[in-house]
Amino acid sequence: MTTVALKPATMAQAITRALRDALAADPSVHVLGEDVGALGGVFRITDGLAAEFGEDRCTDTPLAEAGILGTAVGMAMYGLRPVVEMQFDAFAYPAFEQVVSHVSRMRNRTRGAMPLPITIRVPYGGGIGGVEHHSDSSEAYYMATPGLHVVTPATVADAYGLLRAAIASDDPVVFLEPKRLYWSKDAWNPEEPEAVAPLGRAVVRRPGRSATLITYGPSVPVCLEAAEAARAEGWDLEVVDLRSLVPFDDETVTASVRRTGRAVVVHESTGFGGPGGEIAARVTERCFHYLEAPVLRVAGFDIPYPPPMLERHHLPGVDRILDAVGRLQWEAEN
Amino acid sequence: MTVMEQRGAYRPTPPPAWQPRTDPAPLLPDALPHRVLGTEAAAKTDPELLRRLYSHLVRGRRYNAQATALTKQGRLAVYPSSTGQEACEVAAALVLEERDWLFPSYRDTLAAVARGVDPVEALTLLRGDWHTGYDPYAHRVAPLSTPLATQLPHAVGLAHAARLKGDDVVALAMVGDGGTSEGDFHEALNFAAVWQAPVVFLVQNNGFAISVPLAKQTAAPTLAHKAVGYGMPGRLVDGNDAAAVHEVLAEAVRRAREGGGPTLVEAVTYRIDAHTNADDATRYRGEDEVAAWRDHDPILLLERELTERELLDEDAIQAAREDAETMAADLRARMNQDPVLDPMELFAHVYAQPTTQLLEQRAQLQAELDAEAAGPEGAGR
Repeated sequence: MTTVALKPATMAQAITRALRDALAADPSVHVLGEDVGALGGVFRITDGLAAEFGEDRCTDTPLAEAGILGTAVGMAMYGLRPVVEMQFDAFAYPAFEQVVSHVSRMRNRTRGAMPLPITIRVPYGGGIGGVEHHSDSSEAYYMATPGLHVVTPATVADAYGLLRAAIASDDPVVFLEPKRLYWSKDAWNPEEPEAVAPLGRAVVRRPGRSATLITYGPSVPVCLEAAEAARAEGWDLEVVDLRSLVPFDDETVTASVRRTGRAVVVHESTGFGGPGGEIAARVTERCFHYLEAPVLRVAGFDIPYPPPMLERHHLPGVDRILDAVGRLQWEAEN
Repeated sequence: MTVMEQRGAYRPTPPPAWQPRTDPAPLLPDALPHRVLGTEAAAKTDPELLRRLYSHLVRGRRYNAQATALTKQGRLAVYPSSTGQEACEVAAALVLEERDWLFPSYRDTLAAVARGVDPVEALTLLRGDWHTGYDPYAHRVAPLSTPLATQLPHAVGLAHAARLKGDDVVALAMVGDGGTSEGDFHEALNFAAVWQAPVVFLVQNNGFAISVPLAKQTAAPTLAHKAVGYGMPGRLVDGNDAAAVHEVLAEAVRRAREGGGPTLVEAVTYRIDAHTNADDATRYRGEDEVAAWRDHDPILLLERELTERELLDEDAIQAAREDAETMAADLRARMNQDPVLDPMELFAHVYAQPTTQLLEQRAQLQAELDAEAAGPEGAGR
């Protein structure tokens, strides 16, 4: 077995690489969005793609999100595989009608005759000091819409693998990019990218015996940090990275919680009506007799996303996660 | 230095002389809707095309009547009639080549049928046994779109994709006067013009968005004038003059096919029936207005032209009516059969592969159906 030299790469580089490899591998793949051409996108994710593949393959569109996604629907109807970039989470809302009324329904509406292989890339989440409308966690809206896959990576390798899988999928995929992790680095060899990661499979990021932290996207590193800090308290926490919110990997989550008997769901999105409620319900339905304590949630407060100077109070942090773990009805010896 | 002086100091040098990108004059629509029937231009129209349009109009009128009757018999959940608008519906379908695409709204089942979609399949959405009853690829007719104007960007994207692939394909997208107020109308026209996509937008201005008249919908001189703002030509046509609608659309299709970009066509017509069978049009318009439009009926106009020029005799009129009756009888007979429903299909097409969760829910429904079939005793309770 050959050893591959691993070099540090950022998540942003891995996403760019995934787009480039997809464009090179399949002539039906087209990238379109605002500023994705000469500028390379406001996060430089599409850097160099227009130069390498031409403006017909990586297209600067008019500034209109419904138009971008609406035309992508038509392109997909004609056999192309559009990858659209929504510039920011909250700028994707004008496209929401196309998402709900057409993108998610077209396959079902036409009894499978007209699938729409569209990838909708959405930089999402907070923690980057963004002003209003630049830090939303909009995943719950997409999760509540049948017909969509909802995917979010937490590592550099997954960013590459999941995006390749999303673009290859014959179903529409909302690919949520945790913008706060764009510049996070992992040892990853861009010359030999990992195999395409399967959609719909969670992964145990850190094995542990005391309790399970169920999380995804930008909250994964926070939970790993919390798990390290918890060792001082005598807790050995398992961290499950969901990767796909839809389809949801009940199997991996259930197996973990049955092992540990305790669970906390962690995400930035608001708690009320957020993904954590669904996840906690699923865990409770499947693991009730294994649970030592109610499933708890550590989520963003039920407030509009705060201004940047106050966002640290809103985002789930290590202390808030450990507080929740502490409330999992431990016996006296803990 | 005062603030004002400071502003002056930073004032940039004046830009070069500003010029519009496009001369707006050629984009402007005519002052009055273009007409062919009853004018000298009619003599130049291919008689065969006129006869073809006529038989389609007669069939279309009968189709509208039959579909409306089916709502009264409980065979259709709802029917948005295009009675009075048949010239637009038929011309939109006949003007396209087989390789082209039609993007209808919910009122445009007749256009889909005129393009070759089986009427029963076109009416599936309105019967309610599924959403889209036909394979869109069979006749290159996109699913009937219910959310207004949302299908317009699809037409633009499809036409753009076809051009990228080097295919000689035009997309014709249909929308109503109310739909022109939607944001998707604006975005679609803008994208189409920027990309010079081979698309034709046909607005059927039938006077009302359910109950709201055009005056409350727009302050534009005409809906065709909206084209100018996007840099595409706007054409105004008498929507009840089948020959004129066909001519204007054919010109727009040709232009699109030759790489000339999109056109916005406003066809001025009138919705003779209420919005749907569930609507009461007497609440917002008078019978005298409807009567005036009945005198300007698309079938009447074409029949008059053809008979005056001796291109159509009583026998031909009778033949067209009989053909329409045959279509209606067949539609009636087939719509009077209960559709075969498979509840399991609810889970079949949501994703390429059903998720674990959907498989669980399918099993749940199957168990419920089995219990239902077994009856109270079979359920073992």
